[in-house]
Amino acid sequence: MAQTDESPIVLPDDPDFGPEVQVDYPGYRSTRWRVPKRPLVTIPEEFHDLEGPVFGHEEIEEHDSDLTRQHEGEPLGERIVVTGRVLDESGRPIRNTLVEIWQANAAGRYRHQVDQHPAPLDPNFSGAGRCLTDGDGRYRFVTIKPGSYPWGNHENAWRPMHIHFSLFGPEFTRRLVTQMYFPGDPLFEFDPIFHAVRDPKARELLVSRFDLDTTQPEWALGYHWDIVLGRGASGTTPMENL
Amino acid sequence: MSVPRTPSQTVGPYYAIGLSRKPQNELVARNAPGATMLIGQLIDGQGAPISDGMIEAWDAGGKRWGRSGTDADGRFSFVVAKPDAQPGQAPRLDVLVFARGLLRHELTRVYFPDEAEANAADPVLSGLDEADRETLVAEQEDGALRWDIRMQGDRATVFFTH
Repeated sequence: MAQTDESPIVLPDDPDFGPEVQVDYPGYRSTRWRVPKRPLVTIPEEFHDLEGPVFGHEEIEEHDSDLTRQHEGEPLGERIVVTGRVLDESGRPIRNTLVEIWQANAAGRYRHQVDQHPAPLDPNFSGAGRCLTDGDGRYRFVTIKPGSYPWGNHENAWRPMHIHFSLFGPEFTRRLVTQMYFPGDPLFEFDPIFHAVRDPKARELLVSRFDLDTTQPEWALGYHWDIVLGRGASGTTPMENL
Repeated sequence: MSVPRTPSQTVGPYYAIGLSRKPQNELVARNAPGATMLIGQLIDGQGAPISDGMIEAWDAGGKRWGRSGTDADGRFSFVVAKPDAQPGQAPRLDVLVFARGLLRHELTRVYFPDEAEANAADPVLSGLDEADRETLVAEQEDGALRWDIRMQGDRATVFFTH
């Protein structure tokens, strides 16, 4: 569909947003009828519970963290290792927390009935993984590099390559769903979802780095991406609650 | 020292690949004491059902959690039991809403219709005007709890920050 209204797809940078995503970012069209219009109501800290669920090891199955070994054969595409640590704002590891990922295949197609992008499905790739962080807060997945794909947001719209991440942390106020990108993607500058994070320094936090130490010789390229789960992820600071 | 936190991005339309691989909408077993269905619709600002949303229900104090995708009619469902109330507060579930178009999840709460006295005294509910309070209290419907989530509009659900 054509971009018909007055708003540009990508707005200028604005460091004042910090790590906050602009939830009503106009260039991302699906926000329009879905994002709450009224101000959020602040709940004082004393009135919400801080503890989250406990996920047991039993929920993680063999090959859940290796998306290249979930079928009879290997998926097509560039095999990669994606690893990093889940940390709190003090840089301390968040241990034993569930990390879930999902992604398109190497051709840029999701195994989902709604995705009608005319690129091939891969019978050897489901595109979902999960693991628990270890004692250092580290997660590790083996997968293939996802392809870019077109989406209907505006004319000639393509998403940068990305892997979706879901994280829990020790309490529900740290819950985070986000996307990990790959360094140097030429589609960054055109993507309203990426640019809804208005602070360019904060956007960099969504981009993994190529890591030769993670790269396995004769086997797979390595990417490193740390994830920091902050409390008050909806924009307040802890000071307001004191 | 403070490390900047990772920004949020939308769950997108295909979250079911990773987050709905198996049903996880039972906070308690169906035959558990006090178990009841919590059902509802997720509705956008044009009154249309949101068919690609995901709802999480948290009973943080009881360490119970569940999630439900929404279907073609925007419907979600959970098996829940009334959580223990915190002192001075009414029992409730914390609810997170994820969907395409939401760059960050939204936080709301659902309270129980048979707790009128506790609801009236609850410090969060009582801080809202009556019309807003009603958006957070489920209704009894055919033996289940019915609670719709409206993202926008005159009867928009109250969403919170913390």
